[in-house]
Amino acid sequence: MISFQNISKVYQAGTKPIVALSNVSFEVQPGEFVSVVGRSGAGKTTLLKLFLAEERPSAGHIVFESQDIHQIKPHHLPKFRRDIGVVFQDYKLLPSKTTYENIAYVLEVMGASDADIANDVVRVLDLVGLTNRAQSFPEELSGGERQRAAIARALVHQPKVILADEPTGNLDPYHTKDIIKLLTRINEMGTTVILATHNQDIINSLEKRVITLEEGKIIRDEERGRFTI
Amino acid sequence: MNASLKRVIKSGWQGFRRNSGLSLATVFIMIMAISLVTALFLLQKTSNHLVATLSEKVDMAVYFAEEPSLDEITTIQAELTSLPEVKNLEYISKEDALAKFVDRHQGEEVIMDSLEEVGGNPLLSSLNIKAFEATQYAAISSFIDSSSFKSIIAKVDYNEKKPAIDKLFSLTSTISNTGIALSIVLAIVAVLIAFNTVRIAIYNSRDEIETMRLVGASNWFIRGPFLVQGMIGGLLAVLITFLVFTAALWFLSPKIDIVVPGLHLFSYFFGSFLMVIILQLAAGVGLGAVASWLAMRKYLKV
Repeated sequence: MISFQNISKVYQAGTKPIVALSNVSFEVQPGEFVSVVGRSGAGKTTLLKLFLAEERPSAGHIVFESQDIHQIKPHHLPKFRRDIGVVFQDYKLLPSKTTYENIAYVLEVMGASDADIANDVVRVLDLVGLTNRAQSFPEELSGGERQRAAIARALVHQPKVILADEPTGNLDPYHTKDIIKLLTRINEMGTTVILATHNQDIINSLEKRVITLEEGKIIRDEERGRFTI
Repeated sequence: MNASLKRVIKSGWQGFRRNSGLSLATVFIMIMAISLVTALFLLQKTSNHLVATLSEKVDMAVYFAEEPSLDEITTIQAELTSLPEVKNLEYISKEDALAKFVDRHQGEEVIMDSLEEVGGNPLLSSLNIKAFEATQYAAISSFIDSSSFKSIIAKVDYNEKKPAIDKLFSLTSTISNTGIALSIVLAIVAVLIAFNTVRIAIYNSRDEIETMRLVGASNWFIRGPFLVQGMIGGLLAVLITFLVFTAALWFLSPKIDIVVPGLHLFSYFFGSFLMVIILQLAAGVGLGAVASWLAMRKYLKV
């Protein structure tokens, strides 16, 4: 379903090149739950940015459903991105929209009917426990609430793939467990999940496939992996 | 209205309302720009009117050495009327000239006394000539100089008035040229300022625009609300400017009419209501929309 083929990404910082990813290859099957672990700066976020076509790889290809995503024309990108739900590390909620509107936006973009939007948003808000924060703006939410709003936005349109970049970074253990349970449940319903994290407990309790990155290289790729860096 | 357009408009209105501080700043700048355009429009009307009034006042007179016979007058009038430059002729006889003179200097004893001293009628009969345009007097003057009736003419006052007329017309043409140059400069400045204000507003939202791209919004769906926001700002600015000008002209127009009689700026403003509104809408809404459009391009590339 998703295939990373010899992906390298080099950033230019002044005159010094910084290698974020170096010759990374792996495949993700439909319905798989893959965790990508590694220290900060290991290349997790870069990997997700490349998959969203937010950035272009320096070398290699990423193929999604037999389409090279970096060959997609700019005006076709929105359609591709609607198949993916992303929980950004920095949430990226729209500051001028309420929690409700932020989540509804993804559905509006797809052209869903008003009735469907009302229905789905209320359901997802309930799922992440933000029903009473629906009319708050992002700046009025706590870190954990923002994170849950970001998760709700990534889920609401039932995408084929969910990318979650440190989705539990700001959550207490209680909410962390809930969110991971939620991701597992969505995965069981058939959605492919790619989770980037450095939370040891999550990885060890999941008992799913783990890809370990170190300095931009894959050093381990195990079914039922454990957190070992 | 389709759902997506409705959402775009709603979202634009929300954006305008929720960023009220920045929105009002933009509206304020736009009011400046639109006022400037409107003021130039009115100024142009005023200067046209002034030039027309002044041109109307310019004329020339041909003084005859002695009272010409009726035949001679008829011939001269016929010859002059045949010139394409001549708009109007008026013959003033010695008696008429005296009557006018006495009428004008009624009560000024020194002048009346000296008139009596001279005795009889010292004034000359004359022919007042009005041309269609002030620049045409030179041609008429040279025609008279070479005409058959030159012998009975004492003087043509065009030669005396010439420096004054030339000065007047170089002045009006300077004013109108300076006006045009100034208008262009001011209009460019106003447009640039309004444009920059919108650009800052969009720059403020650059992260938001990128996020919208990343969650799968099409460019049109992202751009739409910002365009609507810019257009609401423009519309509001037009409305306010229009009200301000209406009020200002309502109070000022009678006073302006004293200085420049017959201008009637207020009725002109309302007479060209449609023209004014179109001009202002073009300036306001067009500016808002175009500025948003251009400013956004950069952030839509993600």
